[in-house]
Amino acid sequence: MPAFPAAADASTRNTQLRANLRHATHTIRAKRATAVAELDDWSSLRAAGAAIKDRSLRHLDHYLEQLESAVTAAGGHVHWAADADEANRIVTELVQATGEREVVKVKSMATQEIGLNGALATAGITAYETDLAELIVQLGDDLPSHILVPAIHRNRGEIRDIFAEKMAQWGRPAPEWLTDAPADLAEAARLHLREKFLNAKVGISGANFMVAETGTLVVVESEGNGRMCLTLPETLISVVGIEKIVPTFQDLEVFLQLLPRSSTAERMNPYTSTWTGTTDADGPRTFHLVLLDNGRTDTLADTVGRQALRCIRCSACLNVCPVYERAGGHAYGSAYPGPIGAILTPQLRGVQSELDASLPYASSLCGACYEVCPVAIDIPEVLVHLRERVVEGGPVSVRGTRTVIKPAKGHAAERAAMRAARWALDHPRVLRTGQRLASRTRRFHPRRLPGPGRAWSDTRELPKVPEESFRDWWQRTRGESGTEGRKTT
Amino acid sequence: MRVALFITCVNDTLYPHTGQAVVTLLERLGVEVGFPEAQSCCGQPQFNTGYRHETEPLVRRYAAAFHDYDYVVAPSGSCAAMVRDNYPRIGAKAAAEGRGQELADAAAEAVPKTYELTEFLTDVLKVTDVGAYYPHTVTYHPTCHGLRMLGLGDRPRSLLAAVKGLNLVELPGADECCGFGGTFAVKNAAVSAAMGADKARNITATGAEAVCTVDNSCQMHIGGTLARQGSTVRPVHIAEILASTEGNVW
Ligand code: SF4
Repeated sequence: MPAFPAAADASTRNTQLRANLRHATHTIRAKRATAVAELDDWSSLRAAGAAIKDRSLRHLDHYLEQLESAVTAAGGHVHWAADADEANRIVTELVQATGEREVVKVKSMATQEIGLNGALATAGITAYETDLAELIVQLGDDLPSHILVPAIHRNRGEIRDIFAEKMAQWGRPAPEWLTDAPADLAEAARLHLREKFLNAKVGISGANFMVAETGTLVVVESEGNGRMCLTLPETLISVVGIEKIVPTFQDLEVFLQLLPRSSTAERMNPYTSTWTGTTDADGPRTFHLVLLDNGRTDTLADTVGRQALRCIRCSACLNVCPVYERAGGHAYGSAYPGPIGAILTPQLRGVQSELDASLPYASSLCGACYEVCPVAIDIPEVLVHLRERVVEGGPVSVRGTRTVIKPAKGHAAERAAMRAARWALDHPRVLRTGQRLASRTRRFHPRRLPGPGRAWSDTRELPKVPEESFRDWWQRTRGESGTEGRKTT
Repeated sequence: MRVALFITCVNDTLYPHTGQAVVTLLERLGVEVGFPEAQSCCGQPQFNTGYRHETEPLVRRYAAAFHDYDYVVAPSGSCAAMVRDNYPRIGAKAAAEGRGQELADAAAEAVPKTYELTEFLTDVLKVTDVGAYYPHTVTYHPTCHGLRMLGLGDRPRSLLAAVKGLNLVELPGADECCGFGGTFAVKNAAVSAAMGADKARNITATGAEAVCTVDNSCQMHIGGTLARQGSTVRPVHIAEILASTEGNVW
């Protein structure tokens, strides 16, 4: 993957993509604002959500053990996966043990994060995505570009073409009469997916929440496909990040209000499925929970960055982000695009690669993401914190061990410039000399800048350097001892 | 009441007229202002790019320069926000890194007396009608740091609404970032330019003669984009509007 600026440069030129994203994000953004404004206790709910998540994270080891006992007592099996490879291996072996070669999936960020579909394919197992948008992405041989609406970058015409062309390769072909009307597209997907649901013996899911006290898992969705995946197969395997835990069943009361309003602008989401282990007469006979770390414990070790683990993946921050709106989700190069991706990915994966080191800079720090976040993650604060990690290095935790990392490559010139600028700024006389020099040479200033400054002057006029700085004006009009305010005359 | 001006590095170097307007305005309102020459930059470019250590001498400098004053007034939402939001963080981190309490104390001294200009007018001086006259159609872009970090709310708009002759028109998508973001404008030039272009288009569509902000740095980005597009809409700092009078339109 190229670094963010290069990828974003390409996507800003794609006018269709920009139009699709602009339309979609502006619509949902306005609806969300209305849905949130309906609740006069929103700010208390938000504070409660943040507090519950913080408590869970503070005592994560305790709650995870409690969860493990509760799930086991309810007839489930719990597996611990330190990283993506281990999680993929566990899931592959579990599927192989059933003798099946096909699985149905309810949309899951965690399995996207670890690249599970690819790992299963290598083992000869086909995973069918059943969420409508995930289906579009899968058929289009594409990647998701939004947390909630993975195919947000596609319009109806493109979706029709993908269905017509690709559905047959994956199962039931698209009907002859397919148009780009939403009802037609939904019906085509329904017919295609129904076959999958009825044949599937193994289902794979993520979870929005896990309740430590009862061992209950929760999936919140709007299409009902998730419920099919969770109830019809004989074996259910859920892959869930360890941070998704809440202590008690009652805590759900807070999140089931925060999540739908923030994400889909609905008062209540259409389908909330909860399951606790297995039940004799109903649902899957075998249930496996794979608890995924994959960088989360390391993130937890960072006192500023850990707030990113509060995230409930509502996607509100994506929908208000002006950078996401122009760059599109693919530019972020991970399962987590937008503002949350810009702080989560470099923590889960580290800042060693060029792409990951560029993510903390994929923001103008406008603060809109923090304002909408239902669990009050101060995304700008974490962005700046991670920028420091990129340019200065410092202490981090890598797979549970404290270590000190070096600055990412390629910041030496910038660091030297920042130091030089700070030195001048810390010596006002030097600053003044520089200003006077700039004023005196103002007639010769180029209209276009060389080097990194070119990026500025390509699309914007440079401000003209004035004849006299404020400092000099003050001194000229108010006298040398201007320090003590205006001189009496 | 001892009031100091914090004329930020951008005001000082590129927009001295804004600083002069602040002086004119505050003096007209009977405030005697000082300009401690030991002042410099708030450290925002360094801090926001990840060079926290480079900002520490600037925090010290700020606290020392304004030590003798009760209020510090800055015609910049983002610089005031830098002091109020980030100085305490810089101090706390220095203390946590075992470098003592000194920087945290410096930050603690600077924070409560630092005001953005429109806050100072409405909250300290308690004026909304500053006796200004500005016979133009103006639209207002609430800069992100003023809007979200400082929570300026309606203050700038109410000040503008009280200006004689001024016709205030609403800006569509006003709350959206203009795309400046300091080094963001250079590091992610394509996205920044796309954001700027959308903002400029919205501004031009209002039919206003001028677009007003509380921050010279956003003004530089917006103005540069408008100029490149050949637009005649002028960027203007709120201080320059508020300093204008019947006899002397800024
Ligand atoms: S960071 Fe906040 S706003 Fe963004 S997806 Fe997570 S919970 Fe939602």
